[in-house]
Amino acid sequence: MEAAMDLMRRMPPCESEKALQSLVQLLPHLSQDLLSRVDQPLQVATDEETQKDFLLCDYNRDGDSHRSPWSSLYYPPLEDGTQPSKDLRQMEIEANAVFAIYRDQYYEGGISSVYMWEPEEGDGFAACFLIKKDGSEGADGRRGLLQHGVWDAIHVIEVGEVDENGQAHYCLTSTVMLALRSENKVSGTFSMSGSITRQMEDTLDVTDGHITNMGRMIEEMESKLRNGLDQVYFGKTKEVVSTLREPLGMMSASSFTGQSIQSNIINDMLRRGM
Amino acid sequence: MANHYEDEDDTVELDDFQKVSLAKWFLQNAPSEEMQHVAKDVREVLTNDRLYDQAAAEAFPEYNLKEMISLEMPNGTGQVLVSRYGEVDGSHYLDPRTAQVAAVDHVKQICKSVRPASDDELPSNYVEQYRASVDAEVLKYVEEAYPRGSCSVYCTNGKNNHGDGGEFELTVVISTSSFSPKNFRGGRWRSVWTVELNEENESVELRGHIHVNAHYFEEGNVQLATSYECSDSTVMQDVIETGVSIVAVIRHQESEYLAALEDKYSTLSDTTFKELRRKLPVTRTQFSWDNALQLSLSREAARQISMSSRVQSLARVEEV
Repeated sequence: MEAAMDLMRRMPPCESEKALQSLVQLLPHLSQDLLSRVDQPLQVATDEETQKDFLLCDYNRDGDSHRSPWSSLYYPPLEDGTQPSKDLRQMEIEANAVFAIYRDQYYEGGISSVYMWEPEEGDGFAACFLIKKDGSEGADGRRGLLQHGVWDAIHVIEVGEVDENGQAHYCLTSTVMLALRSENKVSGTFSMSGSITRQMEDTLDVTDGHITNMGRMIEEMESKLRNGLDQVYFGKTKEVVSTLREPLGMMSASSFTGQSIQSNIINDMLRRGM
Repeated sequence: MANHYEDEDDTVELDDFQKVSLAKWFLQNAPSEEMQHVAKDVREVLTNDRLYDQAAAEAFPEYNLKEMISLEMPNGTGQVLVSRYGEVDGSHYLDPRTAQVAAVDHVKQICKSVRPASDDELPSNYVEQYRASVDAEVLKYVEEAYPRGSCSVYCTNGKNNHGDGGEFELTVVISTSSFSPKNFRGGRWRSVWTVELNEENESVELRGHIHVNAHYFEEGNVQLATSYECSDSTVMQDVIETGVSIVAVIRHQESEYLAALEDKYSTLSDTTFKELRRKLPVTRTQFSWDNALQLSLSREAARQISMSSRVQSLARVEEV
């Protein structure tokens, strides 16, 4: 399992579906584990009952069907598909409504889905909040600035039982996958894809309700991830390029001649005991 | 989560051929300088050393050639680039600069031994002077622009040209990588320049192909892959001048590409998040979860009231 997870961290992110599929084939006894531990780009389906789109992931999957958060029906139809308890479903409905407003205000489009379930062990509950935004030109990009750019956010949150002080423990694991691609004559093909995962824990008063608590944590996490992605995508990978080839402004300063002049000056200073 | 996915018995066990081909796929997709890590993982996943050896024997040569890795020659004469332009056979690679042929162990990624190249593995004296002139200039350029770069200039066509007119072709290869696990990053720059020299027209035609890869893996896995093609030309002059002008073209084109790449970085960092996720909501203040909850509940209530009143009015209509 360790080796398999390490491979997923090294394979090209744009090939992650093929990589996961291959690992599941090579390690069938670990397939359940792999499918739940490896995040994949979110797929979209349409709820025919409500005519609304919803997102597919391992948390709303039962067999080969996925449950819609809008009607709680499975597509393709499944007779005895797993359903959350009545109370949890009520909270799920509310969370989906609020999260859709949140998504619209931050993403100006996109699709969101929230799923909740009772964990197999222990009390409390778990939820996942999903957002997909295809900002490509011709898709959901409002300004036509990106040839191809897709954002997938997966927030999984485990909520403990409310204690005697009216507090609950929240443990959030968030992953954002971001894929960018552009192609033109001047700069050729440029593609960058990948994901960043971070965790956050907190114990909070539940007076404001679970949805508000989870929502605030997710909002804070998304801001952090957005900054993190900005730094990694446009800072760190650019740094790698500059370790390979001298950046243009640096060429003369670090050139062979430049360096030998520098080392002469340093040697000179050392000799004079400066 | 309870679900029905546990009945895995119907999945068909892969045969050896399929396992080897999946293992090869992982090996071939290893990021630059991470092949040995990937190989270790693949060996563990396969749990069958015989199949692993088979996959490695097939995948490593392809990978080394694609990446154009450079290996230290054991007699202290420098590094040999493993590239298809210098391939003598599946495990022997010409180093034109030292006129040696290196025996390479692909899986261990080492050079085992070298021997002097035979006459028929080398170009004519006439071609060699041009090759050496370009090589000397490329070497200077690489030293300046690529901190850890390796380069080689091969004669890839017309190596028996003796200066009696006609054409010959040189291929300039530049390859450099960096890997720093403690900074969670690695990458490679590869450029291949096909240079056609035509004595009759005194023309030199260049076609360049550049690939840049980067991998950043702290708290995630982010990879950059770029590809760029261009062409240019210059005039064929005497041996020294020709070398200088060919490398001047390469230097210029590669700097232009780097500038375009830097440009791409700054536009994308500017536009990406504008199209995907705003820093603050359209309201320019943090999201108000309490109000939104109220709002959605009251919307829901309003919807239900209007629906039930519609049902009631429908019912009334029916009564009448």
